[in-house]
Amino acid sequence: MDDTVATPWKIRAQSVGKVYDTAAGPFTAVEDFDLTVGDGEFVAIVGPSGCGKSTVLRMVAGLEDVSSGRIEIARGSDPGKPTNSVVFQEYAIFPWKTVIENVAFGLQMRGISRAERLDVARHWLDRVGLAKFAEYYPHQISGGMKQRVSIVRALANDPEVLLMDEPLGALDAQTRVVLQEELLRIWEETRKTVLYITHSLEEAVLLGDRVVLMSAQPGRILDIYQIDLPRPRSFETTNLPAFADYRARIWDKLSAEVTRAMEMQP
Amino acid sequence: MSDNRRAILSLAGALVLLHLVLALFGLWRDWAWPAIGVSFILLVLVCERLGRMVPARWRATYERALALGFPLLVLILWQLGARFGLINPLWFPPPSEIARALWEVSVNYDRFSGTSLLGRPWLIPSAWAEGGLPAVGALLSESHLLATVGRVLAGFLLGAIPGILVGVVMGVNQTVRLMLDTSLSAIYVLPKIAIFPIVMLMFANPFGEGPKIVVVALAVFILMAINAMAGVRQIDPVYLMAGRNYGAGPWQLLRHVILPGALPVIFAGLRIALGTAMIVIISVEFLRAKQGVGYMTYYYWEVLVPEKMYAGLVVVMAMGVAFTALLYWLQRRLMPWRR
Repeated sequence: MDDTVATPWKIRAQSVGKVYDTAAGPFTAVEDFDLTVGDGEFVAIVGPSGCGKSTVLRMVAGLEDVSSGRIEIARGSDPGKPTNSVVFQEYAIFPWKTVIENVAFGLQMRGISRAERLDVARHWLDRVGLAKFAEYYPHQISGGMKQRVSIVRALANDPEVLLMDEPLGALDAQTRVVLQEELLRIWEETRKTVLYITHSLEEAVLLGDRVVLMSAQPGRILDIYQIDLPRPRSFETTNLPAFADYRARIWDKLSAEVTRAMEMQP
Repeated sequence: MSDNRRAILSLAGALVLLHLVLALFGLWRDWAWPAIGVSFILLVLVCERLGRMVPARWRATYERALALGFPLLVLILWQLGARFGLINPLWFPPPSEIARALWEVSVNYDRFSGTSLLGRPWLIPSAWAEGGLPAVGALLSESHLLATVGRVLAGFLLGAIPGILVGVVMGVNQTVRLMLDTSLSAIYVLPKIAIFPIVMLMFANPFGEGPKIVVVALAVFILMAINAMAGVRQIDPVYLMAGRNYGAGPWQLLRHVILPGALPVIFAGLRIALGTAMIVIISVEFLRAKQGVGYMTYYYWEVLVPEKMYAGLVVVMAMGVAFTALLYWLQRRLMPWRR
């Protein structure tokens, strides 16, 4: 277990717990969750489904309250910056807004002028090759393009930290690989602090500086792995022997967890 | 291909043969209804095979021709059936008679009741020259059509706007929803026309426009409250989360997420409410009115002029079509993403 960071911390979660009050009694979704994410670090969380990893992300985002413990996001020098922006698995880009209006949404909510926010949005659409789809509505573009829009909506908002909740989970395998590379490229350019939820171990090892492994019911941190693969990474990275080593080492523990979680399903 | 053509020819031949045989043996009159049933089935089979031969680029034209051609065929058969005494012309006056009746009620002025269907718009220029705007108003106020349109529009707006507001509040706030939902559901199943006597009781002039408009408004209000609530409730929670996460306050959330998200269901509700509003206003005009398309239709029942009753129905249908077109236009304007 390695939860030390060299750089100043950006996200700090201290003994966070989440208990839901259900009709069948209290249900513990997350327990004793401690994690510190450094400035500019990319941390990926993996775990079996139902391990509470999405709950953790939503608590960091402030979309759900913590039942115990505390979560902090360190603010930078610019007080106008939003603390976090979430990229949702279901894209969650608004069907009633055009692509460019979606990307500019966060800026619009902060009262930034129309000309300025559309400029920023156009710049980001350009960076992911979507400039010519600016005036399209979401139902007119593919799933991969929708998720690109969702990602640049978060980036255009320029938050302190980027929170990604299985952003590529709904995409087909090929589109997924293309978007992983794109994510790596953009992250290399921006060096945002990222907390990344995924159920794909390969994705976690490929993208993350560290991989957090969670157990199911209650969701708890089992282990944290430092991934010392060279950057910049790309799909080629997955061919390195070191990549296979990491994957095998983490998979050992993850597979046991997945089996245990499946047996616990009612 | 030639198989298809042969099938079409033999089916069409069978259709002609059937009627020839029935006519020759003098059975056609007695067996008209079964013959019509069999003919319809044969016609469907012929058209299906014809449809298979239509190349893709003519497909849309073919479909439109079928959709318009069949009602036209029915009108022609109706006309012939009524002419040759196959159907009772008292119940089903031939379409030509109905068209003539429609023309008559459109151009004639009823001196006795002081009304006309359209309000004699061709007299507008001379009325304007004589008495200006008040004279034109007086002229148009004699119109059955404008009376009904006015009541429907006023009732619709008075019901829909508060209905949508209440529905959205119910969709957003659970407490309000729990408090109102049961009552609304109970009133929803009540036939709105049943409230009419109570509404008349509340107005100083029970026979005036007030009760008629209010009963339409009530019917529309209930429907729109229920639909707007359902519209808000069906919004995927992830959009609300995204809205909040990207910094939207309560009002911004309403404007940018909740209203546009609920709009498709609200519009579906508006279309249903429109149909209900038409039912309510026509029933009210049957019951208690000296003017209006419903009154006119009922009046011609009382004096037994069936083709003019049908003319009234045609006007009601035309109103329904026009209002629906208006709603679709509004929908395209307000929901460009659904185009």
